[in-house]
Amino acid sequence: MAVTLAQALNRALHDAMEADDRVVVYGEDVGRLGGVFRITDRLQSRFGERRCFDTPLAESGIVGTAIGMAIYGFKPVVEMQFDGFTYPAFEQLVSHLAKMPNRSRGTVRLPVVVRIPFGGGIGAVEHHSESPEAFFSHAAGLKVVSPGTPSDGYSLLREAIDDPDPVIFFEPKRRYWLKEDVELPCKTPGFGNAVVRRQGTTATLIAYGPMVRTCLEAASAAEEEGWDLEVLDLRTLVPFDSAGVVASLQRTGHAIVVHEAQVFAGIGAEVAAQLQERAFYHLEAPVLRVGGFDVPYPAAKLEEFFLPDVDRILDAVERALSY
Amino acid sequence: MGSRVDANALLPPDKPVRLLDDSGTLHEVEGFPLDLKDEELRELYRFMVLSRRVDKQAINLQRQGQLGVYASLLGQEAAQVGSAFALEPRDWVFPSYRELGAALVRGVDPASILHLFRGTWLSDHDPHETHFGLLSIPIGTQALHATGFAMGAKFDDVDLVVMSYFGDGASSEGDPHEALNFAAVFEAPCVFVVQNNQYAISVPLISQTRAPTIAHKAVGYGMPGYRCDGNDVLGTYAVVRQAVERARRGEGPSLVEAVTYRMEAHTTADDPTRYRTDEELAMWKARDPIARFETFLESEGLLTADLRQEIDDEAQAHAKRLREEIYDAPHGDPLELFDHPYVEPPPSYAEQREFLRAELASNQEG
Repeated sequence: MAVTLAQALNRALHDAMEADDRVVVYGEDVGRLGGVFRITDRLQSRFGERRCFDTPLAESGIVGTAIGMAIYGFKPVVEMQFDGFTYPAFEQLVSHLAKMPNRSRGTVRLPVVVRIPFGGGIGAVEHHSESPEAFFSHAAGLKVVSPGTPSDGYSLLREAIDDPDPVIFFEPKRRYWLKEDVELPCKTPGFGNAVVRRQGTTATLIAYGPMVRTCLEAASAAEEEGWDLEVLDLRTLVPFDSAGVVASLQRTGHAIVVHEAQVFAGIGAEVAAQLQERAFYHLEAPVLRVGGFDVPYPAAKLEEFFLPDVDRILDAVERALSY
Repeated sequence: MGSRVDANALLPPDKPVRLLDDSGTLHEVEGFPLDLKDEELRELYRFMVLSRRVDKQAINLQRQGQLGVYASLLGQEAAQVGSAFALEPRDWVFPSYRELGAALVRGVDPASILHLFRGTWLSDHDPHETHFGLLSIPIGTQALHATGFAMGAKFDDVDLVVMSYFGDGASSEGDPHEALNFAAVFEAPCVFVVQNNQYAISVPLISQTRAPTIAHKAVGYGMPGYRCDGNDVLGTYAVVRQAVERARRGEGPSLVEAVTYRMEAHTTADDPTRYRTDEELAMWKARDPIARFETFLESEGLLTADLRQEIDDEAQAHAKRLREEIYDAPHGDPLELFDHPYVEPPPSYAEQREFLRAELASNQEG
């Protein structure tokens, strides 16, 4: 059955709430409205106002109360309405959600999931198209997840909710309407496992979230050039699947990392560093990065000039192959 | 959902509620009856004396280089002990980093708190044992944890009250604002106790807010604001008890401002002579919370020489045990760094733990 990512995420929340009455879902407009992207659609009518509810408009309040509720014994799944509105909650995320379990020497556990629709490509106004995943990947104590397909959307969100550690769950908003033939519930490989979306021999495209689809399109287009590209979907940034990345490089000898976030100090830098540390002699060319420029996210009419696309990915492949 | 309340009904009284005046004379205040038994009055005294002795010991340990830093509660014993004493064991407390007195009332081993200031561990007590949350250093952030915890209890219809402490400086931060607002909207069983000790490090209250009092801010959230003399343990207890019982009856949160004074520096790293006068200090010293309560207990015949000796002995024993536990205490096992951040750690943990283990082993050999 064809399922969109949005439907898969909604179903994951529904099934998690049905499986465990400790799971509560809250945030801004997630109750009666069902969320601005409808990811929490019908959860309030199905589970009641104590299980799915709207809060005052305050992101630090949402994350801070989720921490308290988790100490009490609930499993809160909270929504930040947009990537760019996560920042008011930064202190609670980084100083408490990430650190409190360690600070407590394990006597406090915080099974909290923070869902964040992220990334650009939908022509939104400022603050609605950001990719802040590197901030949170750099906060030890958090897990950072970003599905690129509907089946992963379902399975990784269920896993995030069941996980005893706090998880920041980045949902690629431009892919909410991406369809896949899949029967739900489904189970895909767990956290820390990169998945080969397309096998290839010429070079590896490494991506997560919204850029998985773009890389697959690039790989199809590359066939005309006679290139057989592998597409590796990281799926979780923390934990990071070093072994999976290295294994793919060993097959192709060339790696190009693709993400929407600016390249400087981004996830691509970490991937490149891991590859040169762990697989130096398998590299036939430098690891290249295709990502956003090191500028603030641009106005909607200019985002096509900022975001990675098929052409830029293929240019990078060509540069790697001609090294 | 709830309804709005008449603003006038939420306003704090003109003057802070005070049952004991500076000279230790008891006054009746309408609406705030004193319902404590003799042994409870003695317990309040005992906790205040223990707090002061442990606090003094901590300062001494810091001066001896045994603690990296320490945040004293000197002068705030009544505000902390009186408020924490109004809770039941099933209730919870989410403190800042200056709540040693409240910690003692909740049964937290003070050594575990001094380990934090020594740097042995980031924290060393299990909140679930005493229902006393981890000390929270980022200003005011713990107020949201209190609200969230109370929301959880309310969703489960569990009878407990959650108290959060923060200070006059924290009342300017965003998180206490969001915590009060969420608590009011969700009618959470919370009591927010603001210890207004007049200074946020060096910045006085007038530079912090132009609200008539901190308690007045409660009206903006639709909850009652109370004000008490935070150097009067009986006034503090009576007011906080009202707020706690209100929350327990399901009538929602409230804000209590305990007006007090930090007699010591902000922390041992601070020099308060740069921002406050000897005259001001002398004025507050004359309002000492323990001296005032002693006078009252003596006049009631509740504090005999024997009892005073017994409590002093207990305080000395506490101090001695703290010295023994903290002095030259070894740091924690470095390999434990990797044990707690995650239940299921990322693969890098195994590598980095092994790296550190090998380094430690080679250092030992070398």
